[in-house]
Amino acid sequence: MTNLLDIENLRVRFPTRQGHFDAVRGISFSLGRERLGIVGESGSGKSMTGRAILKLIRKPGEVTADRMQMGKTDLRTASDRQMRKIRGRHASMIMQDPKFSLNPVMSVGQQITEALTTHERISRLDARKRAIQMLDAVAIRDPERVMGLYPHEVSGGMGQRIMIAMMLIPDPEILIADEPTSALDVSVQLSVLEIMDRLVTDRGMGLIFISHDLNLVSQFCDRILIMYAGRIVEVCQAGKLHEAQHPYTIGLLNSVPDLQHPRPRLDVLKRDPAWSAAPSVSALT
Amino acid sequence: MSAIDLSDLTVWFGHGAERSDAVKSASFSVDTGESFGLVGESGSGKSTVLRAISGLIDSWAGTMQLDGKPLGRRRERSFYKAVQMVFQDPYASLHPRHTVDRVLGEVLKLHGFSDIDARIDKLLDDVGLGKGFRFRYPHQLSGGQRQRVAIARALAPEPRIVLLDEPTSALDVSVQAEILNLLSDLRAERGLTYLMVSHDLGVIGHMCERIAVMQQGRIVELLDVAQMRKLSAEHPYTRHLLDSSVRAVRQA
Repeated sequence: MTNLLDIENLRVRFPTRQGHFDAVRGISFSLGRERLGIVGESGSGKSMTGRAILKLIRKPGEVTADRMQMGKTDLRTASDRQMRKIRGRHASMIMQDPKFSLNPVMSVGQQITEALTTHERISRLDARKRAIQMLDAVAIRDPERVMGLYPHEVSGGMGQRIMIAMMLIPDPEILIADEPTSALDVSVQLSVLEIMDRLVTDRGMGLIFISHDLNLVSQFCDRILIMYAGRIVEVCQAGKLHEAQHPYTIGLLNSVPDLQHPRPRLDVLKRDPAWSAAPSVSALT
Repeated sequence: MSAIDLSDLTVWFGHGAERSDAVKSASFSVDTGESFGLVGESGSGKSTVLRAISGLIDSWAGTMQLDGKPLGRRRERSFYKAVQMVFQDPYASLHPRHTVDRVLGEVLKLHGFSDIDARIDKLLDDVGLGKGFRFRYPHQLSGGQRQRVAIARALAPEPRIVLLDEPTSALDVSVQAEILNLLSDLRAERGLTYLMVSHDLGVIGHMCERIAVMQQGRIVELLDVAQMRKLSAEHPYTRHLLDSSVRAVRQA
């Protein structure tokens, strides 16, 4: 089986007054038709990795890699024009907060059909039909009415489902979800994740799920990369997370308060400088 | 005796036809030295309850009692000395152009302390920052360090009651653990009473002895931590909430 995505030695750096800051420091991984989780604290470079894949990092940020292959395309040399074709059609990204990612002056329907008409020759009527079907697939009641609403008229959970609908409608092969549920309530989170999970599995997509929540990721992914200071420190099978070896992974797991296993004190991470100095673990398959 | 006693508290925003009730006749009491949690999804009115207690909202009806004494519209200075609040977002609740020294010094001065210098050093030690942080600006601090400063500020007037509005939801889990440990230690040392708002039942279960579950402005259920752990909730909404957070942590 061929991989959807192969990344080798990816680096993202930003120039600062004190010299270069390396946000991502030489990571390698590949994505097949699987659900890959990327977990880490804020500042570990997980979001930058997601953005680098779609070449969404603006100047003065620099992205370098030995290899960035998506299907037949070499992303390193792809022009802006080629990238616009790739984004949406081959790979799309769900951002964290629907409030900032939906266009506030376009109706939901316009935004979803735009995603479709950009990539396909399709009549307005068919596009509308497909958009309504898609809204229905993300469990939005009364999709006809929602099509005419503006983003400020929908709730956070609904906004996030509209984003998912918009990103899935061109039927991409790769979906990158950057903290898709952290802006939502716990009770809504699960239903949004279940919808995403089902659609991704049904369509045989590759999913990159970026999150800071190790427990959540372990339920929705097959493989997990744990990032620390711009490098991958450990790669685990999701079901075997409790067998994790790296002290950082174990520390992260133990610092979460658990309703059913109360402890008088929570474990606090003792950061070892050796973690960030150690070379990145390869997650190529 | 109860530290905080609310009965039939209604809080609203807007007037006439525009009026919407954010909290609808809520009643509960928090014992002295207790840690009490308010849980619910966004828009359920949990933060509004805290804001009404701290005097940030005028439009309320019902009775609020502090140590058995009823609270009026206007709060006395002694109220602010007894009750302090820690806000959700440490990036927004500290003045960007004031140093830590000035943030803490101002509070101490307003409350009429004279040995300000020694107190600032002591406060910074108590929250685990140390004197080295005294002349830093907020942008020179990480999220966890900022929240420690916000906690130091709340502790400055030596309050008995601390209102915590989602104190860790903007932080990483590893930093969250540090802050929750700090809050537990401070409570044990100073015998504080906590009223804590959170949407994370794991955090609430770790910190609090009793909780009130809110939905659409109403308190739908009161239960203690033992009941929470057994998942023996009566109300369907509480059960749904417990269910979704237990599923979120089960595979750890």
